[in-house]
Amino acid sequence: MTRRDDLPWLDASGPLSSIVVSTRVRLARNLAGRPFRGRGGPLDRESVARLVEAAIADAPGLAGGVWQRLDTMPRTARRWWFERQLVSKELAALEPGARPVSGAAVLVADRVAVMVNEEDHLRIQALGAGSALAETYAGAEQVDRELGQRISFAFHSEFGYLTSCPTNVGTGLRASVLIHLPALVLTREIGKVLQGLAQVGLTHRGLFGEGSEVQGNLFQLSNQTTLGRTEGELLDHLGRMVREVIDYEGRARDLLMRDAPLLVEDRVWRAWGLLRHARTLSFEELVTLLGGVRLGVGMGLLPAVPMAMLNRLLVTGQDAHVAQAAGTELDDDALPAHRATLVRRRFEEEAPE
Amino acid sequence: MTPCQGCHEREAVVHLTQIEGDAVTTVHLCGKCAAERGVATEAETSLSPLGAFLATVGKGGAPLARVAATEATACPGCGATLADFRASGRVGCPACWTAFERPLSELVRRIHGATRHTGERYADPALAPDPTVQAIEERTRLREALRQAIADEAFEQAAELRDRLRALGEG
Repeated sequence: MTRRDDLPWLDASGPLSSIVVSTRVRLARNLAGRPFRGRGGPLDRESVARLVEAAIADAPGLAGGVWQRLDTMPRTARRWWFERQLVSKELAALEPGARPVSGAAVLVADRVAVMVNEEDHLRIQALGAGSALAETYAGAEQVDRELGQRISFAFHSEFGYLTSCPTNVGTGLRASVLIHLPALVLTREIGKVLQGLAQVGLTHRGLFGEGSEVQGNLFQLSNQTTLGRTEGELLDHLGRMVREVIDYEGRARDLLMRDAPLLVEDRVWRAWGLLRHARTLSFEELVTLLGGVRLGVGMGLLPAVPMAMLNRLLVTGQDAHVAQAAGTELDDDALPAHRATLVRRRFEEEAPE
Repeated sequence: MTPCQGCHEREAVVHLTQIEGDAVTTVHLCGKCAAERGVATEAETSLSPLGAFLATVGKGGAPLARVAATEATACPGCGATLADFRASGRVGCPACWTAFERPLSELVRRIHGATRHTGERYADPALAPDPTVQAIEERTRLREALRQAIADEAFEQAAELRDRLRALGEG
């Protein structure tokens, strides 16, 4: 059973979905005349949260959205939102002993989420399936416009949208694509590619963004600078570079099949077997194996399975989601077993052998 | 006094704040340890634009007299100083961007390779013209144009202006 309404940005419906998992666009915005979060106190944060809550109530682009206060939410629930990549690790306060700042909140709509009282008062995020920079930006831009008509944003004629950190000032725009580059990693070409991207002003991160390690050969490629170019120019540039990277990945796959077909086939079939039959799985292992199957399906070496299923497991295979599905706790030692069961079930239902 | 994080003995005089992506780390070092680590050298710090800028501000060197002079200046919006910015790597409030426009502009140039935002412009709803005021201004403008048209004996134009004034509920 495929639940179409769940995690729509992972439904693999967008362009280049076998290589690009999803697209994300975020806009950093702050309210005019108020201290940024680092300098504001609890009263400032509370007032920001209330102003935003009032503004979203009649914004059509956020109709049907759910307003969530993170500062009163249990840790498992905060982790659940983090796993869906709608709340940052910092705002969710997931480090051991950490507590969310007062006023921390998130508004979650269909493909849009607005984080409140993160490093900036507002972090508007939109998500899209596959490589879909223009459409995803349009979603974020609509929310930006609607909120900007209801509350005054901090804007400077020279510097543009003002942010707490100078690295985000100007457009406040960070666009990224989550891209799967196993062949470039296997052929050891990835270093050169990432270096080249850095030279043209792009940066890379792991699956969980900021400071996270690359797992399963999944890279988030994004623009490094936010000022001096228009939103359109930043998006075009990233889009062009992503197409080039996809091209390199394609050539690396051809090379692999020419020089080491047995190695590739063995790798993807092992991933296939383990995901379908393993009795325990760590999340790290799951991500690696999903990458193997993704590569095998993308290259036509494995039977077709829905890319949407592989995408969703990147979220639903994480601790809080596994715990929820199994009706157990986050610190349950049996989570790896529950995870393996969940993965086997998904394969049986969505990709029967 | 802030102890040096290198030797844990001398007082830290160089406060190196580095920003990579959105992660900020601040290292406090004495002059000797800083020199040993090369953090104060131009070549080293230029790899991290914010680090270079902040490190030189911390030392209060002669070439940065302009920056040093504004370091104690407090932002009228939130009271933050450049020293606060140096310590946290974060700007205090929107007004800081104006209060410290020159040093921040230099920093922005180093980070982004530009200082001027060229993207979407924002129209603050709180500053938008009042429609009532706009209508009054428009009528005043039309009445003045009508008087001028009559004085110039441009009757066709006058008739058109009169029609427009009527359409605005005046006549």
